[in-house]
Amino acid sequence: MAQAQLPLDTPLSLPEHPKAWKWYDYFTFNVDHKVIGIQYLVTAFIFYLIGGLMAVAMRTELATADSDFLDPNLYNAFLTNHGTIMIFLWVVPAAIGGFGNYLVPLMIGARDMAFPRLNALAFWLNPPAGALLLASFLFGGAQAGWTSYPPLSTMTATTAQSMWILAIILVGTSSILGSVNFIVTIWKMKVPSMRWNQLPLFCWAMLATSLLALVSTPVLAAGLILLLFDINFGTSFYKPDAGGNVVIYQHLFWFYSHPAVYLMILPIFGIMSEVIPVHARKPIFGYQAIAYSSLAICCVGLFVWVHHMFTSGTPPWMRMFFTISTLIVAVPTGVKIFSWVATLWGGKIRLNSAMLFAIGLMSMFVLGGLSGVTLGTAPVDIHVHDTYYVVAHFHYVLFGGSVFGLYAGIYHWFPKMTGRLLDERLGILHFVLTLIGTNLTFLPMHELGLKGMPRRVAMYDPQFEPVNLICTIGAFVLAFSIIPFLINIIWSWNKGKIAGDNPWGGLTLEWTTSSPPLIENWEVLPVVTKGPYDYGIERRQESTDEDHDEEE
Amino acid sequence: MEQIPASIWTLTAGVVVTLISFWVGHHHGLLPEQASEQAPLVDNFFDIMLTIGTALFLVVQGAIILFVIRYRRRAGEEGDGLPVEGNLPLEAFWTAIPALIVIFLGIYSVDIFQRMGGLNPGDHAMHSMHAPKSGMAVVAQAPSKTTSDATALLAAAQPPEIGIGASPDVQGKAPDLVVDVAGMQYAWIFTYPDSGIVSGELHIPVGKDVQLNLSARDVIHSFWVPQFRLKQDAIPGVPTELRFKATKVGTYPVVCAELCGGYHGAMRTQVIVHTPEDFETWRRQNQGIATAPVIPSLRDRHIHEMGVTAELVAQVEAIAHDPSPEKL
Repeated sequence: MAQAQLPLDTPLSLPEHPKAWKWYDYFTFNVDHKVIGIQYLVTAFIFYLIGGLMAVAMRTELATADSDFLDPNLYNAFLTNHGTIMIFLWVVPAAIGGFGNYLVPLMIGARDMAFPRLNALAFWLNPPAGALLLASFLFGGAQAGWTSYPPLSTMTATTAQSMWILAIILVGTSSILGSVNFIVTIWKMKVPSMRWNQLPLFCWAMLATSLLALVSTPVLAAGLILLLFDINFGTSFYKPDAGGNVVIYQHLFWFYSHPAVYLMILPIFGIMSEVIPVHARKPIFGYQAIAYSSLAICCVGLFVWVHHMFTSGTPPWMRMFFTISTLIVAVPTGVKIFSWVATLWGGKIRLNSAMLFAIGLMSMFVLGGLSGVTLGTAPVDIHVHDTYYVVAHFHYVLFGGSVFGLYAGIYHWFPKMTGRLLDERLGILHFVLTLIGTNLTFLPMHELGLKGMPRRVAMYDPQFEPVNLICTIGAFVLAFSIIPFLINIIWSWNKGKIAGDNPWGGLTLEWTTSSPPLIENWEVLPVVTKGPYDYGIERRQESTDEDHDEEE
Repeated sequence: MEQIPASIWTLTAGVVVTLISFWVGHHHGLLPEQASEQAPLVDNFFDIMLTIGTALFLVVQGAIILFVIRYRRRAGEEGDGLPVEGNLPLEAFWTAIPALIVIFLGIYSVDIFQRMGGLNPGDHAMHSMHAPKSGMAVVAQAPSKTTSDATALLAAAQPPEIGIGASPDVQGKAPDLVVDVAGMQYAWIFTYPDSGIVSGELHIPVGKDVQLNLSARDVIHSFWVPQFRLKQDAIPGVPTELRFKATKVGTYPVVCAELCGGYHGAMRTQVIVHTPEDFETWRRQNQGIATAPVIPSLRDRHIHEMGVTAELVAQVEAIAHDPSPEKL
């Protein structure tokens, strides 16, 4: 039973619109949200492969304690760009730009985003940003880490560092433009028949994400522009010998960059809240709690940034205040996890690739979230800050969280995007390899950090060599796990089984249109008659409908 | 046969999860040995969080696995699951319990932090005793072409207000030993203002209240001794301190934890915790030898790649030995 019922009138034919896009449309300044969504996803995935190759090179270096594979400066350039690419050109553009653009108008019954040209502009800021980052290697590559703390960033490879800053400002601008677009689209363009409590949870997550990006991103841009001035124009905002303060940069940087983790995970939470009820065949448990917890994470998330600076130049009261605010974020996050687990209860769970990745995400995110709680407290953070424990933590939440979520989303919506199903056997192989690779790579890192291995080192104490070797083997498994996925995508896009409009029996509006959707999405806009997750409640639906009739 | 009530299973599972969590929390062996007064405090707190974390992980993971197995769709099975949309008492329960846990952990962490001395940096009667004699002159000379030396001087000109300060038992008292610690690419220079010793390794007596005054000459470094569970950034222009009592004789690594350049990973030295008698012997032997080599192991391995020359080492040591502005 679909959420929406199309009116029975004869569909309007729109002869002026072509029925489908051609391959070359994806290389143009196209303003259709679906084209832009796929442009984002494919571009982001290419950057994911590039960033992944950097990670493999770094793990190869770390297989032994000595610096014998990469030059230490090149190693630092790799670690800087690996982090930057994975955050700014993979997870954020794929989750927000890719899934957000593709799904939000479809889910709210709109024909496009509110500002289609702005949307295209926002996408086309990304390729030049990526090109700048990669070209920076010709000038030695930015080497100060993705945090780029001065004075190191003002001293090493300054041309490359300036290119890095400009690249981040480009993607930051893209993010701001995108956020404005999402807020206006969700606020103003949902079909009139959709009440706020019928808004799909992915859209709630995108609303929270966009608000957060809109508040925090300009602060990063400001911080980076000052850094650019310090490097190139002789200013001294962050130069301590001329009255500047290096700690100010850290505040400006983390005011954006901690919320950035929510920018990466909130849309994924949204994806989870769509994938799980569809494949568990259950209404999502605690719709309102999940919707409001996104907003709560968005608000509290703005007041936790100093936990990245517990060992830095922060006064004691700040360490205490931000310990407590950081810990509080665990509450709305926990609410989401518990709600998803409760959604599984009593379901008829379809264990396909999308669901496996969603379940994998839950397991890994719980572990990453719990280590996050330990990191949020000043006493423990002081010991493990800037160690491999932190690397382990954020890879559990960002790889085990965001990347698993992106995969779940791709397996779930690929039939909608292309009209064809992905091969399930390859999907399950992909999942198994990814699960093994992720845990093999990142689980041992907790021990490395606790025992005393700092992060961002090309050479380390030989006592850590055996554990590092395990991590490196894991990284290779993870790298190979991409192969079945790539084969699957390319093969299925061309030759996969035809999916039909609604292969999973989803109830949100995107499943009411054809696969792939028409240009402008619907011939006649859908009318919402029931909630987005009303699985298994037809009987109750009848009585609710009667109530509504009476109200009206 | 009569069915076993679900509550018995729940009770048994609860007991098993609790036992496993306590066992994991106390036998994880993930932390290195404890060698400072602060280490047991941090470790106990970590153990508590690991116990709670293990319990939560087992419960959530157990529920996921159980539900996935029990409620998986069987072949040929059609239709939807039970339409349960929410349960207010349950939702209130799982919001309240984590909230209580994090509030407890937050308050407890403040207590631990206070006992570590984290709330009292700059707390001792004589914190200005090792500041340069002529602070004004230092500031006047500060804006030199390179950041390095001036920032260290700026740092030393004011008492530290950042870092880990006096623990409650020594609050208001001057430390037994003060060492000025300067981070530079890619070495730590330890200067003992009392005796004039300059060293590439930190030597301290066991059981004494030691205060490190941290400064950075070029970029941010971070002073970390894993066995002490203490870490504090050395930031150009921001005077910081790290006060602690080592509790165990031995040799422990000093690691730079903040990315400071290409050879960041090689910025390692050691702290040697002596018995008081051995420390006195070491002090007598080294007093007046200001030209001790800077961290020999690092110099042996990387002197060529980093371009560290003997002249540079001597220059750095001279600065570290006598930070008066005339020498710069």
